[in-house]
Amino acid sequence: MAVVVEKNLLQRVRGFVEVEDLSVSFKRKGHCVQVLESVNFKITPGEFVCLLGPSGCGKSTILNAIAGFIQPTSGFVFVNKRHVDAPSADRGFVFQQYSLLPWKTTFENVEFGLKIKGTPKAERTELVDYYLNLVGLSKHRHSYPHQLSGGMQQRASIVRALVNSPSVLLMDEPFAALDAQTRHMMQELLLSIWSDLKTTVIFVTHDIEEALFLSDRIFVMGVNPGRIKQQIDVTLARPRLVDSMISPAFIALNRQVFELIREETLKSMEVD
Amino acid sequence: MAGSSRKTSRFLLGNLIAAITRYKKGDRASKKSLINPKVFRRCLSLLLFFGIWQLLCQTKFNFFINFENVPSPIEVVGATVDFVKSNPTKHIKASAFRVLTGFATAAVLGISLGILIGWFQKIEDLIFLPLEILRPIPAVAWIPLAILMFPNAEAGMIYLTFIGAFFPILISTIRGVESTDMLLLRVGQSLGAKQWHIFKDIVVPGAMPSIASGLVIGMGNSWFCLVTAEILAGRYGVGYITWESYVTSNYPPIVMGMLLIGLMGAFSAYAVDRLTCLLMPWRITKKKTV
Repeated sequence: MAVVVEKNLLQRVRGFVEVEDLSVSFKRKGHCVQVLESVNFKITPGEFVCLLGPSGCGKSTILNAIAGFIQPTSGFVFVNKRHVDAPSADRGFVFQQYSLLPWKTTFENVEFGLKIKGTPKAERTELVDYYLNLVGLSKHRHSYPHQLSGGMQQRASIVRALVNSPSVLLMDEPFAALDAQTRHMMQELLLSIWSDLKTTVIFVTHDIEEALFLSDRIFVMGVNPGRIKQQIDVTLARPRLVDSMISPAFIALNRQVFELIREETLKSMEVD
Repeated sequence: MAGSSRKTSRFLLGNLIAAITRYKKGDRASKKSLINPKVFRRCLSLLLFFGIWQLLCQTKFNFFINFENVPSPIEVVGATVDFVKSNPTKHIKASAFRVLTGFATAAVLGISLGILIGWFQKIEDLIFLPLEILRPIPAVAWIPLAILMFPNAEAGMIYLTFIGAFFPILISTIRGVESTDMLLLRVGQSLGAKQWHIFKDIVVPGAMPSIASGLVIGMGNSWFCLVTAEILAGRYGVGYITWESYVTSNYPPIVMGMLLIGLMGAFSAYAVDRLTCLLMPWRITKKKTV
């Protein structure tokens, strides 16, 4: 492996994420809506955590606060003991919507973060090529986003964030728009990349099976106001493959989480 | 005379009906026929346009609208032949120079001001309102001031073509910048981009399609204002010929001048459209058909 790529992989710092007493409220139609109420958690370096819950539980809001896109009404977010108050390349973000810049090719999109950082051209090319190859996009390096399938665009988005060696990777329902087959392939690909890099990942989803398949720990969220209802340790063995999803342990966990989510979904429907 | 004109009109009508029946058949059996149906339809549209025009002139159609003194297409062709024989390039060159200079100035000023107004609230507050008041003023209304303000007629004329192009370009640029996708701004931020990169790599390229359509409309408008401008003064120019022919009651060249302006306007707008497309290879340009 080339020196540049090795350096990029080795200098990676794994993020230690602390969320302390995080509350967020928005003004909507004149009155205040409490989206999150005193959320507390710690995520250890290299851990894969899922935020799971019905829509409207504020799971994306937590992610946006960790990214620095929104300011909490009260409480703090720390990554590696540093207070988060603005977005930075140290917290990579993968969006739910297709978010490649339409006027840049796949290569240029992945290269963008390095360019901002001022990485020399030769180094950039080597790194981008390495990462594109990692997700099987080498052939499409000169394609524009509208020429790529949804799955390809999301793969490019993932490496666009990873190439900056973020200490945390924040993923906001990145596979929600994909068809079931592609989604499953993407989940496996993500796990294989993560097992190599061991970057801390915080992954938002409303899909129970997805959360169980991917994560070390699940925060099941409740609604009105949004909060963490329960933590579930997913102790299923790794590497996880398709077979993991039909194991008795998986099914038992699935059932347990399903009941939890169901209660919250009913509750959110009553209020509406 | 009346008999012959009726004969010709019957002949033209017959041609028309034949063309329409051919077209209907041609649509179904388009694969067999050698003529591309799309090209055929477009040729037909021109044929119909000139045919109906000639018909109206020949029959001296007079019901509310009077075609008695309107030059017929054949007369216009005659005027065009005369014009081509009499060294036309000086007129075309003079007009093209005015339009291009006015348009280029409008493009530079319109895009740069538009970007500033669209991106910085303070700049919008400071300069947008006066521009909004100037915007609805038509080029004709500017003639007296153009004479008073500019050192020579040439500059005044260029100013009028500038006015035509400036506002569409300015407004489209502002709208383009203002409609920047929030999601893409967040993408930039999460990749570590600060103001400059967000501006250069996200806001400006995102506004480009809108700027491009402003440029195309602006180019058309510039030609639009040309006749007005060349009323002002001058001894050369396509707009000048048009106006001069009216003053001297020589009607066929008026229509020729009008058509010439239309053609040159359409051609230059098409050229601007092609050029801006070259700058945006990332755009999907195929028409969406449902």
